[in-house]
Amino acid sequence: MKVIVDQHKCVASGQCVLTAPEVFDQREEDGIVVLLTETPPEHLTDDVRQAATLCPAQAIWLAEQEKQEGER
Amino acid sequence: MSTISAPGTDVPPAETPDYPMTRAAGCPFDPPPALHTRQTEAPISRVRLWNGTTPWLVTRYEDVRALLADPRIGSDSTHPHYPHQSPAAKERRRQSRTFITMDDPEHARLRRMVTAAFSIKHVEALRPAIQKIVDDLIDAMLAGPRPVDLVQAFALPVPSLVICALLGVPYADHDFFQTNSRILVRSTTTPEQARAATQLLLDYLDRLIGDKLTHPTDDLLSTLAERVRAGEISRHEAASMGILLLIAGHETTANMIALGTLALLRHPDQLARVSASDDPKPIASAVEELLRYLTIVHSGRRRVAREDIEIGGVTIRAGEGVVLANDIGNRDPAAFPDPDRLDVDRNPRHHVAFGFGVHQCLGQPLARVELQVVYSTLYRRIPTLRLAVGLDQIPFKHDGTVYGVYELPVTW
Ligand code: HEM
Ligand code: SF4
Repeated sequence: MKVIVDQHKCVASGQCVLTAPEVFDQREEDGIVVLLTETPPEHLTDDVRQAATLCPAQAIWLAEQEKQEGER
Repeated sequence: MSTISAPGTDVPPAETPDYPMTRAAGCPFDPPPALHTRQTEAPISRVRLWNGTTPWLVTRYEDVRALLADPRIGSDSTHPHYPHQSPAAKERRRQSRTFITMDDPEHARLRRMVTAAFSIKHVEALRPAIQKIVDDLIDAMLAGPRPVDLVQAFALPVPSLVICALLGVPYADHDFFQTNSRILVRSTTTPEQARAATQLLLDYLDRLIGDKLTHPTDDLLSTLAERVRAGEISRHEAASMGILLLIAGHETTANMIALGTLALLRHPDQLARVSASDDPKPIASAVEELLRYLTIVHSGRRRVAREDIEIGGVTIRAGEGVVLANDIGNRDPAAFPDPDRLDVDRNPRHHVAFGFGVHQCLGQPLARVELQVVYSTLYRRIPTLRLAVGLDQIPFKHDGTVYGVYELPVTW
């Protein structure tokens, strides 16, 4: 799974940091999302998926999902 | 205003029900029964507001969430069809407009000026200070007379002290700003009263920002003053943002503390689970569930369609008002099994009590920490806390744009 974030869309809600703090952080100056790792380990997959669902600004994408949709 | 829509959903004007609707007697925690009926029978259909306009009311969780995140929907309160909550709210928006009723890119530009203070890291660093505020207020309550009004002694001071420290507003002025906030969040307030209260708050915040321009301190108003100095916002915009943060920062959380306490006292099995726990995880879950179950911001998110939107067999036309009812959305069985049951173990993180989309609550990390500290401390320190009057004696904020109780007499 590959994680992509869009800092332009992010509204600094902090939902992702609450859900998967190993993967997401926030910029000191404005709370905008920072990705700590593009390819999180297996055991964090569920947390990252939940972060993507909870993100109010649709600023988190999971590359794995997009590929599956494209293949269908 | 009339438009072509799916048959059966666009009821004739005479039958369009008034909104907001009334809660059932004896069920102060549940949304109005008529909203339940709409959710099952006409999930996207028209309602009539105080000014006779008939915007769409959206009631299903999935639709509420989808539309709140939809860029074809806007929050611009200067739009002629923006469905204002009350005459008072309309006046306040006119006089003191902020990013909560603006669209991107302006919304994002202004919101980002204050987001740093609400990051998870920054708010977590405040936890010990919030714990001390809570403990000190409980000490004072335990040392004082019984019964006591929990709203005045505890629920209101906790978030007021916190937001004052964060903003750099002197807490000594709390009578002044709480009184004027209360006027602005009451739907029965007249436009004249709203204008006067808004002006008083604008003058007050303008004075504080003036002070911060000459004597900057380590707080949000000083950050805003710095933006004024840099020419990025006017003093009026800075004062308006100050009002938004001051009101949103204490009115909402105060109501969650008092109403949440009442809900727990009325559900002793659930209260037992909360007070038995020292562990942050179950407490965090209980906070999410109380946010969902109570959804105190109960008068719907107000929006205007910017383009035609097809949803749920209905066409919302560009320029029409839309009300997203997040309160009934949070009771949708499709998203929350057995939704009318308070279940503190359910951890419903996907609730829409803080809204959704780009306007999702800026202060949610702070509100969460405040509520976690309160719920993990109050019932542990006062295990025999109980109501001092019957439920029927408690005045609920049926006339508030934020729901809650005006008074909560408790004893122990
Ligand atoms: C339990 C407490 C709270 C609840 C239930 C709550 C609820 C909400 C909701 C539903 C919205 C969305 C408005 C919309 O979509 O039109 C919102 C926005 C907002 N809230 Fe809160 N809130 C709470 C606490 C706070 C606190 C403590 C602050 C701190 C200052 C705050 C500041 C704001 C601001 C500034 C916005 C506007 C965000 C924007 O438009 O981008 N709120 N809140
Ligand atoms: S959840 Fe989304 S909006 Fe919130 S901080 Fe993370 S990326 Fe930004």
